Parts: sequence; structure tokens; C-alpha cells
Amino acid sequence: MDFLKLFSREDVSSKDIAKERLRLILVHDRANVSPKFLEMIKSRLIDIISDYMEIDEEGLEVKLTRMDKEKDVTVPALVANIPIKKVKHLARI
Amino acid sequence: MGEAIVITSGKGGVGKTTTTANLGTGLALYGQKKVVMVDADIGLRNLDVVMGLENRIVYDLVDVANGVCRLKQALIKDKRFENLYLMPAAQTKDKTAITPEQMKKLCDDLKKDFDYILIDCPAGIERGFKNAIAGADMAIIVTTPEVSAVRDADRIVGLLEASGFEEPKLVINRIRPDMVKRGDMMDIDDMIDILAIELLGVVPEDEKIVVSTNRGEPAVADETSKAGKAYRNMVARLQGQDVPLMPMENIEPSFMDKLRMFFGLKARTR
Ligand SMILES: Nc1ncnc2c1ncn2[C@@H]1O[C@H](COP(=O)(O)OP(=O)(O)O)[C@@H](O)[C@H]1O
Ligand SMILES: [Mg+2]
Repeated sequence: MDFLKLFSREDVSSKDIAKERLRLILVHDRANVSPKFLEMIKSRLIDIISDYMEIDEEGLEVKLTRMDKEKDVTVPALVANIPIKKVKHLARI
Repeated sequence: MGEAIVITSGKGGVGKTTTTANLGTGLALYGQKKVVMVDADIGLRNLDVVMGLENRIVYDLVDVANGVCRLKQALIKDKRFENLYLMPAAQTKDKTAITPEQMKKLCDDLKKDFDYILIDCPAGIERGFKNAIAGADMAIIVTTPEVSAVRDADRIVGLLEASGFEEPKLVINRIRPDMVKRGDMMDIDDMIDILAIELLGVVPEDEKIVVSTNRGEPAVADETSKAGKAYRNMVARLQGQDVPLMPMENIEPSFMDKLRMFFGLKARTR
């Protein structure tokens, strides 16, 4: 995320910068309005992954963040850190 | 039974009180409806001043809630506009002087007598907000075309939805067509796109709002004011009429208007 770069670009109108910033802010705000949101994703992830691996459910971390898609384009991103305890045999198939 | 509408925003200073005063006056004046405007901003009362009714306050909303006086005794009749009343906020108390349950009861009582109850909400999302929305059937959210105001508006949309308000309506205030044209202000579509709620109206930045607030006379009754025109359109929409948005050219002063202003002449109104 590099807004300074964005500001210095003369060809981008300030209203487009405003709109883009708003979009990113609201991705976070809206997810936080319902604290259930990330919990829901977490438990679904645990469900799916548990079929293949034994994971450390306590250490599981899911968060909303941003990432650079291309130069000057930042998008919201969902990042999950999933500590693995053991990989099941099934996964080798 | 009347309809209670709360005018809210999240962020302060975006035009809630101005919107309440103008829609309330407009509904009474042009809609011939019996209207009461309730100032729910306890401790920071403003609506009385914007309406020019500050010298007539005896009792207030907290007095009614606490049984100090009867409902009718606290209502101030606006002598300029038939069917228009104000229920003032208390100035020397704070937001905890009244509960959401008391507000709900007050609104229910007012609904028996009035067609419209317009509730001017304080800034914030705490107790004052909860009081203001407690008795409302519908919500109007005011924003300006700025990142911070739209962000707060979005938060309010979420909170309103969580409280069971199904379709809050948006008022975009203080838009400056010259800046929109230059690409230096978000336009109407940008904001609708982001907030995804229905638009009630767009009010241009207008010096006449300041003048009318100085005088204590709402701009909606001023035929020469562009903001006044925007409020008249909203009044019609609230009553179910399908009024198209004012084109931007009609909001912005024309070249000739600017020339007249330059020479100190009054701009002609279209
Ligand atoms: N469309 C407008 N054009 C010019 N000034 C405005 C406009 N709308 C509001 N204002 C001014 O902005 C200030 C804040 O408005 P107010 O209605 O008191 O906001 P709020 O109730 O949300 O705090 C006031 O001084 C008011 O006169
Ligand atoms: Mg106010």
C-alpha cells in the first residue's frame, strides 16, 4: 500500500483517490461491524482443512488486510495463518 | 398514525440539523402535513436556533419524559408556518437524562397527533444515537462528499440495519458541482455505489444556508435558494412523488450569475 505514490501522480484525480481509500476502509469497517464474520470463516476453514491435516486450532489466525496487486493497485485480502500439527495420509493421494 | 423519521449521520457537522429544519418546514408548508421536529441532541440544542424559536422555550423533552410537564406544554408552535411544531432538547442536562424507552414512548404519543415526527439526532453512535432512533420508523442518513463522512455514514447504515431499519435513505449535502467537474470531489454515483442505499436527495453547498441560519428562517421557504429547491424536491419525494434529481448545471451558478455576482448584483434564480 503506497498512497504517497498515488498522491504524487498528477493524472489521478483526487476524487478517485478518495473513492479507492474509502473502498479499502469500508472492507475493514464492515467486517468489524459483525465480529462473527471472521469467526465464521475460521470455523469453516477448520472444517475443510481438518479432512486433510491436523491443525493447531488455537494458533489459527485469520485476518483482513491489504495487498499490492499490481503497481499502484491495492486490494483487500483475507490472510490465514494455519499452524499444521500433522499431515494425514489422505493428503498424499 | 404518523411516521417518525430520524435524521442521523455518525459524523458531526454534516448537516443533520439543517436537514431536519428544512424537511420539517417543507413538509408543513408544501405538504400541508402536521409536523413536529424533535431535537434529540440533549445538552447541545441547536434546532431551536436554526428555526429561530429559541426565545419561546419553556419546557423541553426531558421535562416531558420525567413528567414535569404535559406533552402539549413543551411543544412550541411555529407561528410562521401552520402545522409546524418543535419539541426542544434540554440544554443543561446530558444524553443520559432520557432513556431509549422514554424516547419511544414520546414518539408513540406524538404519532397520535402528527403526520410526521422528524428527529434530529446528535453526532456519534452512543447513547444519544440510541435515544434518537428508539422511536423512529424510518431513517435518513446525511453525509458530505468526504471520505470521513461517508465512512461514518456506512457505519450508521450497519448499525441501523442491525436495529431493524430496512431501507435508510441518503442525503448528500454540500456538494460543489465545480469541484465534482474538476474531479476533486466524489460525485453522487460514487457515493451511491459505495454505500449502496437509496438516495433521497442532493443539496448543493449554498451560502443561503448560512444566511437563513443567521436569520432563523429555513432556506426551504426561500424560492431563490438552490439548497431550498433541493429540500423542496426531497419533501415531494418523501410524500411519494417521483421528482428527478436537479441536474448539476442548475445547482451551479451559471456564467451570467457569476458575472452578476462579480458586479455585486443579485443572481437571477431559475
Ligand atoms: N448545504 C449547505 N451549504 C452551506 N452550509 C451548510 C450546508 N449544510 C449545512 N451547512 C452549515 O454547516 C454547519 C453544520 O450544519 P448542521 O446542520 O448544524 O450539522 P449537524 O447538525 O450535522 O451537526 C452549519 O453551520 C450549517 O449552516
Ligand atoms: Mg445538529
